Amino acid sequence: MEPFTTHTGIGVPLRRSNVDTDQIIPAVYLKRVARTGFEDALFAAWRSDENFVLNIEPFNRGSVLVAGPDFGTGSSREHAVWALKDYGFRVIISSRFADIFRGNAGKQGLLAARCEQSDVELLWKLLETEPGTRITVDLNARTVRAKDLTVGFEVDEYTRWRLLEGLDDIGLTMRAEEAIDSFERCRPGFLPRTLPSPAG
Amino acid sequence: MGSTLAEKVWNEHLVRRGSGDEPDLLYIDLHLVHEVTSPQAFEGLRLAGREVRRPDLTLATEDHNVPTEGVELPIADPVSRTQVDTLRKNCAEFGIRLHSMGDTEQGIVHVVGPQLGLTQPGTTVVCGDSHTSTHGAFGALAFGIGTSEVEHVLATQTLPLRPFRTMAVNVEGTLRPGVTSKDVILAVIARIGTGGGQGYVLEYRGSAVESMSMEARMTMCNMSIEAGARAGMIAPDETTFEYLRGRPHAPGGADWDAAVEYWKSLRTDPDAEYDAEVTIDADELTPFVTWGTNPGQGAPLGERVPDPEFVADEEQRAATEKALEYMGLTAGTPLREVAVDTVFLGSCTNGRIEDLRSAAEILRGHRVSPDVRMLVVPGSMRVRQQAEREGLDEVFTAAGAEWRSAGCSMCLGMNPDQLTPGERAASTSNRNFEGRQGKGGRTHLVSPVVAAATAVRGTLSSPEDL
Repeated sequence: MEPFTTHTGIGVPLRRSNVDTDQIIPAVYLKRVARTGFEDALFAAWRSDENFVLNIEPFNRGSVLVAGPDFGTGSSREHAVWALKDYGFRVIISSRFADIFRGNAGKQGLLAARCEQSDVELLWKLLETEPGTRITVDLNARTVRAKDLTVGFEVDEYTRWRLLEGLDDIGLTMRAEEAIDSFERCRPGFLPRTLPSPAG
Repeated sequence: MGSTLAEKVWNEHLVRRGSGDEPDLLYIDLHLVHEVTSPQAFEGLRLAGREVRRPDLTLATEDHNVPTEGVELPIADPVSRTQVDTLRKNCAEFGIRLHSMGDTEQGIVHVVGPQLGLTQPGTTVVCGDSHTSTHGAFGALAFGIGTSEVEHVLATQTLPLRPFRTMAVNVEGTLRPGVTSKDVILAVIARIGTGGGQGYVLEYRGSAVESMSMEARMTMCNMSIEAGARAGMIAPDETTFEYLRGRPHAPGGADWDAAVEYWKSLRTDPDAEYDAEVTIDADELTPFVTWGTNPGQGAPLGERVPDPEFVADEEQRAATEKALEYMGLTAGTPLREVAVDTVFLGSCTNGRIEDLRSAAEILRGHRVSPDVRMLVVPGSMRVRQQAEREGLDEVFTAAGAEWRSAGCSMCLGMNPDQLTPGERAASTSNRNFEGRQGKGGRTHLVSPVVAAATAVRGTLSSPEDL
């Protein structure tokens, strides 16, 4: 994973709450077996509306999405994160993220930055009055800057450290392999196993 | 201070406690896999030259993409077929047991695990699917994960996680006839909101929960994610043990006694403290349906479509307006007057044998309205067989409903079972998001008995309307 320190890009106001992962990427696009190439699937249903924000220049070149509360609810599909990344987004700003989405984002180097809803409103106003405004997100300082506006954001420390260092989770866990081995040796014998299959 | 049920299971699975900002490392007892969220995880393993650490704690089924008719034929949609074929290749390559289309044990992953007896109290269960919360009905700590985490569990049988907070959901009293655990969970979600459970494990408790069957409990835990929670749990009791006894993977002989003794310890201590608590009065509940585009937008069936004008919160008002526009509903319309085109009975929420029995009981002697198509999709092939042994298939077909094979089907429309734009459904599934059941489709979430009554009358109805 590539380290994330700061990012600057065009901000996109998405004035909606409860943006669920079925909206971020409808199920019909989940049939692919590759990990990239999901940019066409992002917000597929909403993009058929020509007034949707991503159909409007310069927002279509945005990389910082500013959304309403409860972003990423619903299905666990990590494709939602892939689609946002493939489209070009590097940061999502919201006052509240669904747990699974936030976890998935952190693993893929997409920053889910938690801001106060009042700050989200300020960003929305700014982006709507001056379309094309660039937002700088500084992960070290945990700040979001746009024009004269600077607001703070929250992200948990462990995710921040992993993003800053660009560390892979599996590699980190493998360092604890001895602990996993010894845990396994102590598991009770009555616990179920899927193999061998009773059906043969 | 004592521990909650969730904390007990968590602590029993600690491979390593995190220090400072570092998360805990948790051991996973059962990893369920399906075709949609796994291909990129297997690809990741191959690229890194890694093995599956514990194929014997892993089980795969085909469910999301599979057609529910003509299952003996190759899948017509080439993209779906590729995804299912990819799962087959991956399972063969990495030595994972797979229940494919046509297999007696095939079905929705969250129906298959419990019916095989693999889901057991006190275990940790994960799957690349948010409805993994279903398995919490057994007192397991069960939650959905993303594809990166699927890869992580395949490679290490563990997950780095920060402890969840705990919330007690007390459901006290007795449910009236015709009121089900689906109505309870829809009322819980409407109460705490789609974000109300974020970061929490919900523990359902109280006399109404204790008197529920295992299948009713699974319905409740299944929709915990719709309240934003990672997991739902119910302490195991005699109902749980009786459900498990004799199932293919339940412990046998002396192991059974040892297991039950352990399972009995899986209760929240009297002096334990929850981080939050809500109480629902079961006596007061009536059938509950959704009118909007998230599962928190619901109301008792006897009420009307809400008027955005009376919603005080600005954000909520805007959300209500958007939802009514998408749903094609007029504020003030009695919910009972909302006419549907389709009724879907099935899914990991309500596709089990008791769900089919209760719907068939309502349909017996009635006909599905000529303006309605009704799809009945058992959650697994075992459920289908059981239903056929009981003659339920004949009740459904005699009433004019379609009797299908097992899969996720119209819950999310990844197979051919979809709504067309503008089509309205009463659905026993779990999500009423825009386009969830097909682009432009409109979904009202309901219980199986409301689904059956609605199919007969053609408008949202409860059995007492018949």
